[in-house]
Amino acid sequence: MIKIISEEFDPFAEVQAYQKQQQALSGKYGATNIFIGTMRDFNEGERVKGMTLEHYPGMTEKQLLAVVQEAERQWSILDVLVIHRVGDVFPDDVLVLVVVWSGHRGGAFDASRFIMETLKSKVPFWKKEILADDQSRWVAKNTDGYL
Amino acid sequence: MTVSIKVRYFASLKELLGRSEDMLEFEQVLSVADVWRQATEAKVMPDNTLAALNMEYVDLACIVADGDEVAFFPPVTGG
Repeated sequence: MIKIISEEFDPFAEVQAYQKQQQALSGKYGATNIFIGTMRDFNEGERVKGMTLEHYPGMTEKQLLAVVQEAERQWSILDVLVIHRVGDVFPDDVLVLVVVWSGHRGGAFDASRFIMETLKSKVPFWKKEILADDQSRWVAKNTDGYL
Repeated sequence: MTVSIKVRYFASLKELLGRSEDMLEFEQVLSVADVWRQATEAKVMPDNTLAALNMEYVDLACIVADGDEVAFFPPVTGG
């Protein structure tokens, strides 16, 4: 399931509620990989006090679904939940949740990484940061995930 | 035959152009790059601009058709 939402959410409650509701998972999954991306209060050496996340309604969902379907083709996985925030966000807010359920850990780990990395390079979301002095700037590009 | 398309701009491109969309009508065959030129009075396209046709990524040489939605935006930065 894919959800684009504009309100703050509790990722742990979402995982629990979704898993409970997916009866087909019962007894089948041996691995659940949970990735949570959270907003920092710094970027590129500057304090960041807030962000606005813009997206392209329609294309965002379409591309995200294609990423999940590609993961389902490549790995033996049982279910996927992706939730992404849009609108105004603040430090410590959860921006993205990627959960993969599979029979064994390999697929859960690998598919989560694939979904997250592909989301970062292909799915139309854009971040505009508001700095401590109220100046704002668009994030030009995503990094490789290590700094 | 007149072809009508919708052109949409997002994020920094929307700010650069000062609008989020244009409606374009034309008689000739146009590529996605031609759409940019016509809609923006031939403004220089920023480096790394991405283009989508009906919500799928496309090359700038792709030809547009009546009823299409073309979008231009900078590299994506979600997650």
